[in-house]
Amino acid sequence: MTAPAKKSKKEKPPRRIKVDYLARVEGEGGLRVKIRNEKVQDVKLDIFEPPRFFEAFMHERRFTEAPDITARICGICPVAYQMSSCHAMEDACGVKLDGPIRELRRLLYCGEWIESHVLHVYMLHAPDFLGYESAIHLAADHPDPVKRGLALKKIGNDIVNIVGGREIHPINVRLGGFYRAPTKKELSVLVPRLEMARDMTIDTIRWVATLDFPDLEPDYEFVALRHPDEYPFNEGRLVSSKGLDFPIEEFYDHIEEVHVEHSNALHSRVKERGAYFVGPQARYSLNYDQLTPLCKEMAEEIGLGKVCRNPFKSIVVRSIETLYAVEEALRIIGSYEYPDKPYVEVEPKAGFGHGCTEAPRGILYHRYQIDEQGLIRDARIVPPTAQNQMRVEEDLVEFIQKNLELPQEDLTWKCEQAIRNYDPCISCATHFLKLDLERE
Amino acid sequence: MGFKRNPKLAVWKFASCDGCQLSLLDCEDELLDVVGAVDIAYFPEASREYVKGPYDVSLVEGSITTAHDIKRIKRIRKESKFLITIGACATSGGIQALKNYKNVEDFISIVYARPDYIDTLDTSTPIGDHIPVDFELRGCPINKMQLVEVISAFVFGRKPNVPHHSVCLECKLKGNPCVMVAHGTPCMGPITHAGCDALCTAYNRGCFGCYGPMETPNTSSLSRRWQEHLNVSSDDLVRAFRGFNTYAEAFRKESEAHDRPRQEV
Repeated sequence: MTAPAKKSKKEKPPRRIKVDYLARVEGEGGLRVKIRNEKVQDVKLDIFEPPRFFEAFMHERRFTEAPDITARICGICPVAYQMSSCHAMEDACGVKLDGPIRELRRLLYCGEWIESHVLHVYMLHAPDFLGYESAIHLAADHPDPVKRGLALKKIGNDIVNIVGGREIHPINVRLGGFYRAPTKKELSVLVPRLEMARDMTIDTIRWVATLDFPDLEPDYEFVALRHPDEYPFNEGRLVSSKGLDFPIEEFYDHIEEVHVEHSNALHSRVKERGAYFVGPQARYSLNYDQLTPLCKEMAEEIGLGKVCRNPFKSIVVRSIETLYAVEEALRIIGSYEYPDKPYVEVEPKAGFGHGCTEAPRGILYHRYQIDEQGLIRDARIVPPTAQNQMRVEEDLVEFIQKNLELPQEDLTWKCEQAIRNYDPCISCATHFLKLDLERE
Repeated sequence: MGFKRNPKLAVWKFASCDGCQLSLLDCEDELLDVVGAVDIAYFPEASREYVKGPYDVSLVEGSITTAHDIKRIKRIRKESKFLITIGACATSGGIQALKNYKNVEDFISIVYARPDYIDTLDTSTPIGDHIPVDFELRGCPINKMQLVEVISAFVFGRKPNVPHHSVCLECKLKGNPCVMVAHGTPCMGPITHAGCDALCTAYNRGCFGCYGPMETPNTSSLSRRWQEHLNVSSDDLVRAFRGFNTYAEAFRKESEAHDRPRQEV
């Protein structure tokens, strides 16, 4: 990657920060920052992950294929893609699920949240705070927390395994429910392990609370789902900390995708307002009241307020949400009744369908148009990382400006850490972000 | 033969979903042992560290979709003693190879607001189309235990114990009832490469071919069975063969045999 050749008449040569290949994120991206006269001029989060054109090749596929195909957008959060696509298709066909099938979907999501959050907390994010290149390096000096992280992650994966069939690209999800519902016995083996996971998660929360958090509290517009009765996974209205409150089918009435000149990338933003922020901190801050008593107790113990604006503390919020997912999984398994049929029939109906669910990284919106035979006519997918991209760049401007006195190497690492705050999933974002032509 | 010191391992990514390399981090019980047996020299999904080549073993995920990536994979081949491709994207071009059947310009304008910014080849192709590959591990995604087996095999200088027979055989070994015979569910198990341990049939679902074709598959016989006994249309046969391994030769040819001229997207 090289910066565009701009001729400068200024007296002082600009300072640059360049990270050619961001490590410990999912997918391929880089960072370029230009600083002139001690002012941050430009921040570009480059996405050079090759495009894969999912929305295009969904055309003329069967509506029933959407969960399996869109899962392949992301190996880290395939369940999110399966959930959003199922809900969108069911919405188009006028089907609504309840009872044990709805509960099983929440349980599957619990597994993915645990697996994805713990991967990020221990393997991708914690090493930055402790000054290690990776969790593998960290394990050499401190094996215990890394082993705890791996054990916890495995429990999340085990839930996805039992309910979904396998951890990556589960095979048991279909429109209307599941191919086969797990028996009570199959799920009950998870109970003692989840009880152990609850203790390990409490240790995790106490451990991450001791980390040193740089100072940054931007005035975010948080956007997340909100449901009257539960912490959101699959259903709810979209709400924001600046007053938005609308049903998911109005997504494009309130959110627009725009071309921003300085970055040459498509960005999502709230119409006539600007950048917004999705993900664990948005969910937490907009749904604190829906957390379990134990989650609230832990948040209080470590002094995490009801709203968390410091992006570096996302590691703490992810840990709290992991505890929620562990407790929710225990609740679901405890009251589970084997359904008469693992799915309800979904007959195709011509029209549009919308699905928006809470992926580990934030809201994932799908919109499909299908015809009367159930063939897909149009597909739109808006992943969380694409929605956060504009916000990440704005945060970096503020953060770098505050830390200009740091030596180059430290500042570069801090910038990487700041990007990893958002747990960006570039594989997801890429089917709509611009490919960087200035590479090399 | 094996290595006298810990071999240097590198993990590379091309067009893909990251799921196959994630499989390595999903080996929660084995990860620290694997890390003890190899030196992870380059694995950006997990580490900032970058140790220069040459590498003893390179794992390659993803397919080739840009001109730049052709140059990159050639350089990686030169730097790698053993090069192992992992997953459907790397071994057959992946789901994104669906664009190989279409006009790529149309595809770009469907997804992107500014098609002029997009730099992509007309095709998505497997790594093996561009360089010699020492071993191909199939699956969308790969089976993580097979990955551990393949890494250990190369570390200890032996042949990986990875069977090449069909999912159908795995299914019989497992004792699953045949979903095609018992339930009339179309199943690609008879022609699909083993490795998943007959997962879908254990969940009352037909195999959808995510491990790609087995050795010498009889695809036309399966198509005939689907058409004559299960009333599957030509269009649905095309869709079945145009899945996650659409550009694997046996699947591509069978899909073309049933593809009637149709309008472009």
